[in-house]
Amino acid sequence: MKREKRVPMRELAPEERVKSFAEVALGYSEEEAVQEAKRCLQCKDKPCVSGCPVGIDIPSFVRAIRDGDFDKAIAIIRESNYLPGITGRVCPQEKQCEARCTLGKRFEPLAIGRLERFAADYERSRGMRKPAIAEPTGKRVAVVGSGPAGLTVAAYLAERGHSVTIFEALHSPGGVLAYGIPEFRLPREVLDAEVEYVKSLGVEIETNVLVGATYDIDELFELGYDAVFLGTGAGLPRFLGIPGENLNGIYSGNEFLFRVNLMKAYLFPEYDTPIKVGEKVAVIGAGNVAMDAARCARRLGAEVTIIYRRSEEEMPARREEVEHAREEGIKFMFLTLPVAFVGDERGEVRRVRCLRCELGEPDASGRRSPVPVEGSEFEVEADTVIIAIGQSPNPIIAMKHPEIETTKRGTIVVDEWGRTSKQGVFAGGDITTGQATVIAAMGAGKRAAQAIHEYLMGK
Amino acid sequence: MRHEIVHKAELAPGYKLFVIRSPQIAKKIQPGQFVIVRVHEKGERIPMTISDFDREAGTLTMVVHEVGKTSKMLASLKEGDAILDLLGPLGKPSEIRRYGNVVAICRQGTAGALYSIVRALKQAGNRVTVIMGAKSKDYIIFEERMRRLCDEVIIATDDGSAGMRGYAVAALREYLKHNHVDYILAIGPTKMMKTVGKIAKKHGIKATASLGAIMLDGTGMCGACRVTVAGSTKFACVDGPEFDATEVDFDELQRRQEFFKEEERLAFELYEEGT
Ligand SMILES: Cc1cc2nc3c(=O)[nH]c(=O)nc-3n(C[C@H](O)[C@H](O)[C@H](O)COP(=O)(O)OP(=O)(O)OC[C@H]3O[C@@H](n4cnc5c(N)ncnc54)[C@H](O)[C@@H]3O)c2cc1C
Ligand SMILES: Cc1cc2nc3c(=O)[nH]c(=O)nc-3n(C[C@H](O)[C@H](O)[C@H](O)COP(=O)(O)OP(=O)(O)OC[C@H]3O[C@@H](n4cnc5c(N)ncnc54)[C@H](O)[C@@H]3O)c2cc1C
Ligand code: SF4
Ligand code: SF4
Ligand code: FES
Repeated sequence: MKREKRVPMRELAPEERVKSFAEVALGYSEEEAVQEAKRCLQCKDKPCVSGCPVGIDIPSFVRAIRDGDFDKAIAIIRESNYLPGITGRVCPQEKQCEARCTLGKRFEPLAIGRLERFAADYERSRGMRKPAIAEPTGKRVAVVGSGPAGLTVAAYLAERGHSVTIFEALHSPGGVLAYGIPEFRLPREVLDAEVEYVKSLGVEIETNVLVGATYDIDELFELGYDAVFLGTGAGLPRFLGIPGENLNGIYSGNEFLFRVNLMKAYLFPEYDTPIKVGEKVAVIGAGNVAMDAARCARRLGAEVTIIYRRSEEEMPARREEVEHAREEGIKFMFLTLPVAFVGDERGEVRRVRCLRCELGEPDASGRRSPVPVEGSEFEVEADTVIIAIGQSPNPIIAMKHPEIETTKRGTIVVDEWGRTSKQGVFAGGDITTGQATVIAAMGAGKRAAQAIHEYLMGK
Repeated sequence: MRHEIVHKAELAPGYKLFVIRSPQIAKKIQPGQFVIVRVHEKGERIPMTISDFDREAGTLTMVVHEVGKTSKMLASLKEGDAILDLLGPLGKPSEIRRYGNVVAICRQGTAGALYSIVRALKQAGNRVTVIMGAKSKDYIIFEERMRRLCDEVIIATDDGSAGMRGYAVAALREYLKHNHVDYILAIGPTKMMKTVGKIAKKHGIKATASLGAIMLDGTGMCGACRVTVAGSTKFACVDGPEFDATEVDFDELQRRQEFFKEEERLAFELYEEGT
C-alpha cells in the first residue's frame, strides 16, 4: 500500500474561487475517504489523540471509515466533539492531531481533519440524528456567548439532562464562526446544521441579549439559573495607535469580516449593509483574521497585500490558509512595520507609511522580534486598509462584575476546570486565554461543562 | 422575545414615535442609552436612542427620523408588528448630576433623544432650559412634553414660522448673553454639535454631545464607531455616545458618517423603486 502521500482533496481552482464566496475545499468522496483511512497505522499508543484538545478517539473513527461504516465513525467523533463539521474544516491540524501522527515521521501525516470533515458531511447529508438525553435534572444553566465554547458547554450539559439557555449578544449564533470565519472556509449551512444539532438536544438560544447590560449575572441567578458559563470570546479589535488610523477606508479586521460575513455585505445591495473596498487593499497582520480579511477583499475585486512586521516563519495563520491566500494572488510583505497612514483631502486613506525591519533577539513569545531599520521609510499605496493585529477579551461582563477576577490582559481568571472567582460562575474559551483556536475553546468548554455538571449534581 | 409595537404616532413629516414592548430592556435602561435594531432578515443594524421608558408597563419609546432605507422600513411598521431584533441597553448612561443651570439643545427629532435625559436632569434638581431648532413650525416635536417638564423652552425655526428665526445655536448664543449656564447638553446634527462645542469652549462651560457615529455591533467589537476625543480614539458605542463637546473631532466624525453615502443612496433608491 502507498503510505507516503495523502489522498489530495479537491479544491476550486484559484481563478474560480476569487469570483465567489463558495467553499474552496471540496471534501473527500467516500472512496477517497476510505483510501486515506487505509493509510492509518492504527498505533496502539494513539499519539494523535493527545494532540486533540477534546481527545477524539482518532484511530477508532478512522478504522470505521476504512471499514465503510460511516455512521459508526461519526458516532465515535460525536462522543468527544459536538462540532465536527466545523473543526474538520478550521482546526490548525498541522499543529495538533496531525503534528503527532506517527506517519508524519517519515511520510505525510494522516489527513485526520479531512476525514473528520468527511464523516460530519456524510452525517449532515443523511440528516443528523438526535442522541439519547438523560432524564431532566431540574437544574438550569445560563451560557453566555454562542461561540464554540458556549455551544460545547450547552450541548454537554443538555445531554446530561440540564436545562440550558444560551444568551448571545448578536442576532445570530456562532460567535467567530458566524461573524469572523468566511463562508468559503465554513459554509453557513455547516454552521447552521451544527447549531441545529445543539438545539435538538433541547438547548434554547436567545439572541440579542448582552449579558452585563440586558441582564447581569446576579439577575440570572435570581431568574433561577443554578450556574452560569461565560464564553464571551476575545472580540475587541486592537488598533496600532499610529497617526491617520481613523481615516476613512481603514477597518479593523473584525469590522471588515463582520460586514462581509455576518451582514453579507458582499451581496449588497441585496443585503442592506454596505462595504467599500478600493482597488489596492493593505492588510496589516498575518494571523487567521488577516488571511480571512485578505481573501474576502480579493473576492471583492481588490489587489491585496499583507503587511507583516515579522518574517514568513512567524506567521500565526493556519498553513492551509496562507497557501490558499498565495494561490489567490495575495502578496506578502514581510519585515515591514506600518508607522502612519496618509490620506487625501477627503480624509480617505491613500498610502501606508512603513519601515523595514530586521530580526532581533527572541521576545517573550519566543519569536525573534522585528527591529525597525532607521531611515528605511517607504510608502505602500492603499485605498483600503484592514488592521488585523489581534483581539482582546470582551470587557463588558468584567466591567459590570468586578468580583470576577481578571488578569491585566483582561482575560477572566479560571482554574483548570473553568471555575472563576465567583461562586457558580464558570468561564472558558478565548475569554480566559485570549484569542486561541476553535478546538481549544471547545476543549475548555468541555472541561468547564464537566465541572458544572458536578457542581449542579452536588448542589 | 417578541418586541411588539404597541403604539405608533406621526409627530411631524418623516418623524414617527414608537412605543415598543420590551420589559427587560425597559427594566434596565438609563437616560442616554440606546438600542440596536434590525428590521428584516437582510437588514442592517442601526442604533436608536431610547427617548422614554416605562419600567412598569415594560415599554420603550423611540422617535424615528426617516433618512434612508432602514429608518424608512422601521417607520413603516405598524402597531401589532414586531421589531425583528432589538438589543440593549447600550452605551453609557448620561451623567446626571446637579449642575445648576442647564441648557439642552436639539434639532427636530432629536428632541426625542433628549427627553428622558432632560427629565432626569430636572429630577436631579437642575434648572433646565431646552432650545429646540427646526426647519419650520411643522417640524417641532415634543414641544408640549418639554414645556411640562422644563423651566423654559426656546424655539428657533429656519424660516421664522415659530419662535425666533434662525438656528438653535444662534438662540444658544443669545441665551448665553443674558444667563449664566453651568452645563450644556447637545444632541443633533454633527454641525450643530460642533458649533455648540466651540461656544462652550469659548465660555468655559462644561458641554456634552451625543455622537451619531456609524455603528455595527454596538458592543465594542468592530471599531466602526471610533471617534477622536481629546486626541485619543474612543468607541462611541461603549465609551459614549456622550462625550465632552469641546474635545470631539467633529470634522472627522462628519467624514466618517458620510463614508457610505453612495451605497446608502443606492439602497434607498432601490427600496423606493420596489415599494
Ligand atoms: C477571523 C477569524 C478567523 C479564525 N480562524 C480560525 C481557524 O481557522 N481555526 C481556529 O481554530 N481558530 C480560528 N480563529 C479563532 C477562533 O475562532 C476562536 O478562538 C474561537 O472562536 C473562540 O471561541 P469562543 O467560544 O471562546 O468565543 P467566540 O467565538 O468569540 O464567541 C463569543 C460569543 O460571545 C458573544 N458575547 C460576547 N460578550 C457577550 C455578552 N456580554 N453577552 C452575550 N454574548 C456575548 C459574542 O457575540 C460571540 O458570539 C479565528 C478567529 C477569527 C476572529
Ligand atoms: C447612538 C445613536 C443614536 C441614534 N438615535 C437615533 C434616534 O433616536 N432616532 C433616529 O431617527 N436616528 C437615530 N440615530 C441615527 C440612526 O441610527 C441613523 O439615522 C440610521 O442608522 C440611518 O439608517 P438608514 O438606513 O435609514 O439611512 P442610510 O441612508 O443608511 O444613512 C443615512 C445616514 O445615517 C447614518 N447611518 C447610516 N447607517 C448607520 C449606522 N449603522 N449607525 C449609525 N448611523 C448610521 C449615516 O450618517 C448616514 O449618512 C442614532 C445614531 C446613533 C449613533
Ligand atoms: S478536533 Fe481538531 S485537533 Fe481534534 S481530531 Fe479533529 S481536527 Fe484534529
Ligand atoms: S498516529 Fe497517525 S497513524 Fe497512528 S493511529 Fe493516529 S492517525 Fe493513525
Ligand atoms: S459599533 Fe462596533 S465597536 Fe462600536
